[in-house]
This record gives sequence, structure tokens and C-alpha cells, in this order.
Amino acid sequence: MNWFTNFLTSSIGRKLIMSLTGLFLILFLVVHLIGNLQLLYSDEGEKFNLYALFMTTFTPIKIISYGLYAFIVIHAVQGWILWRKNVAARGPQGYAVKVTRATGTNARAASNMGWLGTIIFVFLVIHLYQFWLQMKMGALESKMYDGVAAADLYTVVKATYMNTGFVVFYVVSMVVIGFHLWHGFQSSFQTLGLNHRKYTPLIKIIGKVYSVVIPALFALIPLYMYFKNAGL
Amino acid sequence: MMLDGKIPAGPLTEKWTQYKSTMPIVAPNNKRNIEVIVVGTGLAGAAAAASLGELGYAVKCFTFHDSPRRAHSIAAQGGINAAKNYRNDGDSTWRLFYDTIKGGDYRAREANVYRLAEVSASIIDQAVAQGVPFAREYGGLLENRSFGGVQVSRTFYARGQTGQQLLIGAYQSLSRQIALGSVEMHNRHEMLDVVLVDGKARGIIARNLVTGKLERFGAHAVVLATGGYGNVFYLSTNAMNCNVTAAWRAVRRGAYMANPCFTQIHPTCIPQYGEYQSKLTLMSESLRNDGRVWVPKKKEDAQAIREGRKKATDIAETDRDYFLERRYPAFGNLVPRDVASRAAKVACDEGLGIVPTGLGVFLDFASAIERYGKSKANSMGLHNPERPKIIELGEEVVKEKYGNLFEMYEKITGEDPYKMPMKIYPAVHYTMGGLWVDYNLETNVPGLFAAGECNFSDHGANRLGASALMQGLADGYFVLPYTIGTYLANDIRTPKFDTNREEFAATEKEVRERLDSLLGVQGTQSVESFHRRLGKIMWDYCGMSRTAEGLTKARTMIRELREAFYKDVFVPGSANEFNPELEKAHRVADFLEMGELMILDALNRNESCGGHFREEFQTPEGEADRDDDNYAYVAAWEYKGWGEDPTLHKEPLIFNDVHPSKRSYK
Amino acid sequence: MQTMKLTLKIWRQSGPNDKGRLETYPVEANEHMSFLEMLDVLNESLINDRKTPVAFEHDCREGICGTCNMVINGQPHGPMGGTTTCQLHMRHFKDGDTIVIEPFRARAFPVIRDLVVDREAFDRIIQAGGYVSVNAGQAQDANAIPIEKETASRAFDAAACIGCGACVAACPNASAMLFVSAKISHLALLPQGKVEAKKRVQAMVNQMDLEGFGMCSNVTACEAECPKGISVENIARMNREYLSSTLGSEVQG
Repeated sequence: MNWFTNFLTSSIGRKLIMSLTGLFLILFLVVHLIGNLQLLYSDEGEKFNLYALFMTTFTPIKIISYGLYAFIVIHAVQGWILWRKNVAARGPQGYAVKVTRATGTNARAASNMGWLGTIIFVFLVIHLYQFWLQMKMGALESKMYDGVAAADLYTVVKATYMNTGFVVFYVVSMVVIGFHLWHGFQSSFQTLGLNHRKYTPLIKIIGKVYSVVIPALFALIPLYMYFKNAGL
Repeated sequence: MMLDGKIPAGPLTEKWTQYKSTMPIVAPNNKRNIEVIVVGTGLAGAAAAASLGELGYAVKCFTFHDSPRRAHSIAAQGGINAAKNYRNDGDSTWRLFYDTIKGGDYRAREANVYRLAEVSASIIDQAVAQGVPFAREYGGLLENRSFGGVQVSRTFYARGQTGQQLLIGAYQSLSRQIALGSVEMHNRHEMLDVVLVDGKARGIIARNLVTGKLERFGAHAVVLATGGYGNVFYLSTNAMNCNVTAAWRAVRRGAYMANPCFTQIHPTCIPQYGEYQSKLTLMSESLRNDGRVWVPKKKEDAQAIREGRKKATDIAETDRDYFLERRYPAFGNLVPRDVASRAAKVACDEGLGIVPTGLGVFLDFASAIERYGKSKANSMGLHNPERPKIIELGEEVVKEKYGNLFEMYEKITGEDPYKMPMKIYPAVHYTMGGLWVDYNLETNVPGLFAAGECNFSDHGANRLGASALMQGLADGYFVLPYTIGTYLANDIRTPKFDTNREEFAATEKEVRERLDSLLGVQGTQSVESFHRRLGKIMWDYCGMSRTAEGLTKARTMIRELREAFYKDVFVPGSANEFNPELEKAHRVADFLEMGELMILDALNRNESCGGHFREEFQTPEGEADRDDDNYAYVAAWEYKGWGEDPTLHKEPLIFNDVHPSKRSYK
Repeated sequence: MQTMKLTLKIWRQSGPNDKGRLETYPVEANEHMSFLEMLDVLNESLINDRKTPVAFEHDCREGICGTCNMVINGQPHGPMGGTTTCQLHMRHFKDGDTIVIEPFRARAFPVIRDLVVDREAFDRIIQAGGYVSVNAGQAQDANAIPIEKETASRAFDAAACIGCGACVAACPNASAMLFVSAKISHLALLPQGKVEAKKRVQAMVNQMDLEGFGMCSNVTACEAECPKGISVENIARMNREYLSSTLGSEVQG
């Protein structure tokens, strides 16, 4: 399998891995958002808790979720390796004055994907600890819905989103994710070689809409709950 | 002494075929053991090194650039000629041969020029196979355009970057041979001398430009493909680093310099605009396909334009003198370069120049824009379009054809050539003269070959547009790889050369002393300032028109300048480091000698022909007055030592197949 | 003629082992000069003061040879788009400006002296496969294979690369992918080059990686700074070629 490891460690192979895992995570965000939107129902968390139960018990989803964990780790590790290699390629002496212009993306986002990714990674660790780990460890109370017992994740979420600090943290993180996506979305297509004079403009538009709308909706949830619970 | 061009016997059209069938060949197993040095990686050098590598010789290739992709061949814009007759317009090998001989004012060797025309078609085939993206028509086949001095359309082109694309093609072939190990590439190495062993060229001394170290390289034969000497004029369209050093060093070792006074002044360059200016930029000859050259008829108008009181567009059509169309109705704006340049000079001498220095004429695209606009509108089914629409469409067509040239013009001058006519003036562009070579491209020094612009062989007294690329590649791909075999076939028993031999050591010592002497002057004037003064002398007295009186004066001036150079030049730094000033000093030192030889040659040639125009020898209408009875020969000069007059050797030019006629483009 | 007084901050480094530093020089220029002519004026005055002139590379001064290379105020070849340093003119600067001039920086482009860097890595990448394997004399008639005008034109767009290295200098990752992909595209688009396209892309990418260039994050700074306007479409094409060659063919690099 020498050719295959060569491929995976080549510059384009590494980029391909970033692209494919990134695209998967982009898809996952939609699924995740659909679930989170259940939080907006004024049903004291019934729909949300049932959704969480479904996601953690339905076998095909469980299988995919292991893939998801793996892809997050691969995307992060590979990204970190690329970042290190690229810094090394730049060499020890930096420019005294450096202007980075870009033609097809946001230059600032594009040249700081490593930093943006790092912030997102920190966010993820905290986020997973707060909710996912609590759920997995069975540390949550159960609630009965029509004879089905479901962990009451809703209450934990609600409590978190009553904390101003966490709300700010979540909203800021969503902005960071937005920038990461602004570049990452169309970039993953370019890496796959999917560049076409007719279709690329469309991909770019979808990417921009996506990277604004999805994080905005994610950010809306803690804000909504915060203000709702604050009675505003 | 009469020189022998070693032209094969037989009818003109059969010579090359017969030569190839009967020439001695080196067997493949022997080629591996035979080393060839190729100096220079322009079209001729890169093509020769690649082709010799493909044949199996052990090649060592040298360039002073950081990469073999940068030689000045890359700057050729317009195109490359080939007798393909793809236009069905009556082109043929014979016609290309005839046009070239006539364009050169009957001062080139028939056999060489015919061979050039014969192999021209293969060059296009070769280039296309390498992936050179020539312009194509909608049917997918190759496009052509016209160039000066020719009535057929035989010029192949790749937008305005033909030279670049052809050089990249040759560079890629060379890279392949480097990867295969048949060519050993030495970047950033400048050849500073030829090493002779028993009277034969057997190696070179090159300076590693990064470390400054002098290095010795031995080989069975040495090929110089080091370009022309146009930079003797300081301001020229040549690249800043183009120089005569390799060729001049060969002359100092006994090679003859042929027809050095034949220099080409290109009519369409951006005029000079300041004292600090470092070079002149060419606007491709292809522009004369559509551009019309003119000056105002009235001196008052010209003066008003010079002073900025009037613009070109303020001059009424009836007050313009389209002097090329007027003087040469048959060829119009597409007369050969020498003719067009001189006509521009005449107009400016009469006080009709249109730039502040008085040295400039207009190249106007307004009528082409209008013509193309109308035809485009027609093809789009627009009847009676408004004038602005016509102009808009016309500008689009012109942009497609010459966009990058217009852009370049705008970048340099800050003026928009779509709205205002370009301002142009002749500038030194190419040198037809060069090392004397026989039919085999071998100089009179055995084993020393010269290819491309470096030799004198194919263009006579004037080169036609789009023929330099043709000649460089012809020499490199299709001539030298054959002809060098006739020399090397006798060398198969000669072992590789040990560079510890005394001859190498002695030559290296001379080079070192030369460099040390340049560094040792420690005077007060910069190398650049000497070069600038030399260029001015050359341009004033040995440029577009020459007189015996002026040339005699210039010779004295150059001798004085040379003396001052060795007394008062300042070269900073040392010989053992990266030192561009030292490189330049060595080159200028050689230019100072070459310039004098050009003047001597111009003085000797008491006639006007091609790019060599002696004011004493002109017809009543002001055209060049050639003297075939006395000057139908190649003047090859032998160096006789420092301060001595060189010796003239003549190679008579015999025309069996064309009859030198008065060259008329009227 | 407008004279401008400028302050230049130029990177000076006597050799690969010198640490190097920015040094300040005043210079007088005028708007008609090219940028390199302005540096000529500086060098002339340094020589007249018996100081070491600034080493910089240049040759054709027509924007085509690709020799000149410097980063001017943070941008390779300076502030004007589609322009090499030699074609940059001083009318784009103002009296009193400070101009910072640095060499192209990348680990794969070590500094030789001052603003001169070693770009032989590019040559080695071409040697790895950036050619069509055709010997002189083997070619068929040039018109034997028609090529669609649009395709030929795209191949030309890619082939217009002058190998200056601005893409590497501009890229935050010092990636050479625009340069490499331009050659791969140029040859892969043409029928003459298609024959060895699979092997070529693997070999060239491999060499590019060995030279220590960075990896593309699709920042497109290369396209923004490329003096010849080479498009990042070529990078996508290279990726495509590479993926189909390594994963979709039996060719081993």
C-alpha cells in the first residue's frame, strides 16, 4: 500500500482529507441545527429531549456518530499538521510588511484558518463537556414522555443559556465558525478539483449564505433562550 | 586570406538533403563518451543542448541566469516564420528563402538561408508537439499573421508572447534531458574564456556567480549560443544582462567576428524619456499590420504637439503625412525594419517629431479600430450602428489581437493607446553580425561553434521580422545537432579532457588577472557611467546613419573612453563573492573593444545596405545605395592584439540562384 | 518633471549565513522612472559613495523573463495588479513615501544576497515532469491535431507563467501550487501533453513536496499577486488530475 500512504501524506492528499472531513462536518452542522431548533418550542424541552434520545439510541445514527468523532479528530489533527508544515515552509524570517490580498475569498479568514480552527476546537471541547459528556455519563435526570424515558438535556441547556458569560462565549464561537466556513465551504470544493466557470460562482454564493445563516441560527438559540428566560 | 564557407556542392535545393545523407555520424555508443559544452540557454542554446542530449552526447550547459528559462529570446513578441503555406497564399520554401535573402539586402550566404527556409516548417511541428500554445482558428488549426518585408502570411504566433512560449518549449525539452542525466546544467555560471588545446576549442573557464569561484570545464567541442551585442549601444531593446563577452572572448582567442556593423534598428519602440533610462521597450512589429505610422505635415503642428498645446487627434486627416504609405505604396506600413526606421528618422530630422525630444512618430490604430468595428458590427447583424458602438466593437477586436502590447504600452507611458496613437521611435534591437561560421556553424577555430544571434550567418545586412526565433531554433534543433557530428566524428578516440592540463590553468590565470585588474583600478567612476557614454558614442556615430567622418571621430572617442575606463573605473567588492558590479565591469570592458570593431567595419564598408546606412552612399531619393561590385562579401575580422588594427578576411558572397537586384519596396 | 523624495527600507543580507536587516536609504526619483531605474539611481549613488550596491535581480525589464523579484510594501512586485517589478513605475508612488523592499521569502527560496534568492526549486519541479517527451525530429505535422480555440487559449493562459515565484512569496503558506498547477494545466489541456499527464502530475507534485513548499489553503493570494494573472482554476485542475491519477489510474508516480 505504499502508493496509498504516499498519497495520504502528499500535499494534495492531506488537503483532500481536510476537504472531505470538512464537508462532512458542514453536513453535520445542518443535522445538528435541526435538532437544536427544537429548543425554540415552548414545550419545556419535550421535542428536544426526544430528539436527543433518538440521536443517541438509533443504531445507524450511532454508527455515523462514531464517524463524526473520528472526522472531528482527523480534521483537527490534520489541520494542525498542515499549519505547522506551512509555518515551516514560510521560513524563519517573516516579512516586515505583509499584505495578503485574495481574489476569491476573505483573505483574513483564509490565512487564519489555523487560529480559527483552534478557537473552534476549544469551543468544541467545552461544548462537548457541557452537554454531550453529561449525557453520555448518564449524569442527567430522566423524564418520561408517553412512557419513554429520556434524559433531560433541556434543563442543562436552559441553565447554561441563563449564564451571560456562556451566551457570549457561544455567540462569539458561532462568529468564528462563520468565518471558518466562509473560507472553508468553497475551499473544500476547490481542493476536490470542483472548479467550473459556470458552477463555481453558485457554490461560492451557497457557501456565503451557508456560513452566515447556519451560525446565525445556532447563535440565535442561546440568545433567544437567554432573553426568554430573563423575561425580556 | 579568403575564407571557406564549406558550402556543400550540388544544386541549392539539394545541398542540405545531400549533406545530411552523406555526413559522418558518431555511433550511439561513442556519443556517450563525447562531451559538448553549450553556453547560453536562449532558443538556440536550449534547443541545441536538449537536442544534443537527446542524441546521446554528454552535454554541459551554462547560463548566467538563475534558470535556463530567462534568456532574452523570451521577450520576442510577434511571431516565428515558417514556410508552411497553411494560408494557401503561395508561400513556399523558395519564397521564404528569397524574402530572407532580399530582406537581408543580399549580404547573406545563399546556402545557409535556403537551409533555414527548408527546416522552418519542422520547427513549427516540433514546437506544437512540445505543447507550445500557438494561436488557433475556430476550426482548431493554426492561425497566421503578416510581418514586414513579406507579401504572404507565414508568421505563427502565441498572442504577443511567442518568444516566451517557444523558449519555454525548449526549456522543457532541456529540463527533460537534465532529468535524464544527459545534460549537466550549470545555472549562474558566466563563461569568461574559451580554452584552446592544440588550436582546438576544448573547454571554457566559467565564473560561479554565487561564490565568485572560477571553474574549469573540458569538452570535445564548445557551442556558443550567447546572443547578440546590441547592448554596446547601452540603450537597446535587449535585456540588461545581454552581452558580447562570450563571443568577444572567442574573438580574442582567434575566432573571426563577421559583419559587426550590421545592427538592426527596430522602428517601433517606445521613445526615450529620460537620462536615467536603462533600456528601451519594443512594441511588436505585428502592430504594423494594423497601425499606421504618421507625423504632422506642418512643422507648426509638430511643435504644438511637442509642447503639449495640441493632441494627435487635433490634427486633421489632410494635415497628416502617412509617410510609409506615401513613400512605399507596395508594402506601406509593412516595409522591412531598416526602411521603416530610416523613414522615421528622416521625418524627425525634418523637425516633424512629436515627442518633447523631437524623436518620435505616431503609430495610429484609429482606422483599424473603425474598420474592425464595422466588420464586427456587420457579423453581429447590426446595420447602421452608431459611431461609439463601432469604436467599442473595434477596440474589442484590437484588444483580442494586441491586448498585452497595449497594456504594456500603457504601463510604461501612462497613456491609453486605444484613445491616443502610440508614440514610437526606432531603437537598437538585434545584431545581424556575429561570429563568423561556415556552413557547419563552426567558427574558424576548430571545435568552436556559434548558433543563433551569436553567429552572423543568415540575415545579411537586415533581419526580417519573426526570423530571429526561426533561426535560433533552426540552428538549435535541426542544424547544429547534425553539423557538429561532422567535427566530432573525428574525435571519437579523443579521451575526456583533464582540466588540470596546463592550458586550462593558464587560461584560468588570465581570467583571474583580468578580474583583478578591473577590481584593482579603484577609480572614481561607475561602470554604468562608462557604458552610458559608450552607448551614446555608438548611437550618435554608428547608429541609424553613419559617415566616414563621424566614424573616424567615434573611433578616437572610444579609444579615449577605454583608456579612461582602465584608469578610473570603480568596481566595488571582491572577485570571491556574488558581485554583479564586477560582472558588469567585465562585460562593459568587452563592449569597449567590440564597439571599436563595429566602427572599423562600418568604415570599411563604403556602401549602404540593410541596417548599415552610410550617408555618403544613398540614391537621390534617399534609399540605400548598395555596391555589389566591391562589397558583396562577408567582412570577417581577426583580432591582432591590444591596440593593433584587426585584419580583414573576406568571404565572397556568390549568388547562383538569386540575382541581387535593387531592393525596392515601392 | 516632478521630483519625489522617498525613503527606502531595503533588506540587506551579505550572504546566506548573515542574519540580515532592513536598512534605510533616502533616494530622489521622478514619476517617469521605473521602480528598478529608481533602484539604479540608488545604486549609482551608493557606488559613488564607495558603498556596496543593493543586489537585486532583473534582466529583460519588459515583464516577461521573470527574473525580477522583490516584495514592495508587503506585496510581491508591488501595489499594481498584473505587473512585474520592472514594469512598475514611480508615478504610482508619492513624494515623501516610505517604501519597504524585501526579498521573496520562503524556506525553498533561500536568500543569496540582499534581494536575490535561489529559485532553482522551480527548475527541479519542471525537470520532474513539466515537459512533453518528444525529441527533435519526431513531430508530426503541426496541423495534424486540431485543438479547440478555447482550449488552446486556456492552455496559453496557464502557459503564460513567467516562473518568477511571486505566488510563493505571496502565499501565507509559501505554497508553490499556482506555479506547479500552471504547468500541469498547460500540458494537460493540450492533446500533445495528455499522453503523459498522469505520470507528470504525480511526479511534479511529489517534487514540489520534496522542495519544502507549503500546502495550499486556497487563500488565492497567489492569483491576486501573480503578474500574469494565472488563475487558481489551475490549482483545482491539478487537484483533479492528481486525484484521478493516484486513485483512479494504475499509474505509479
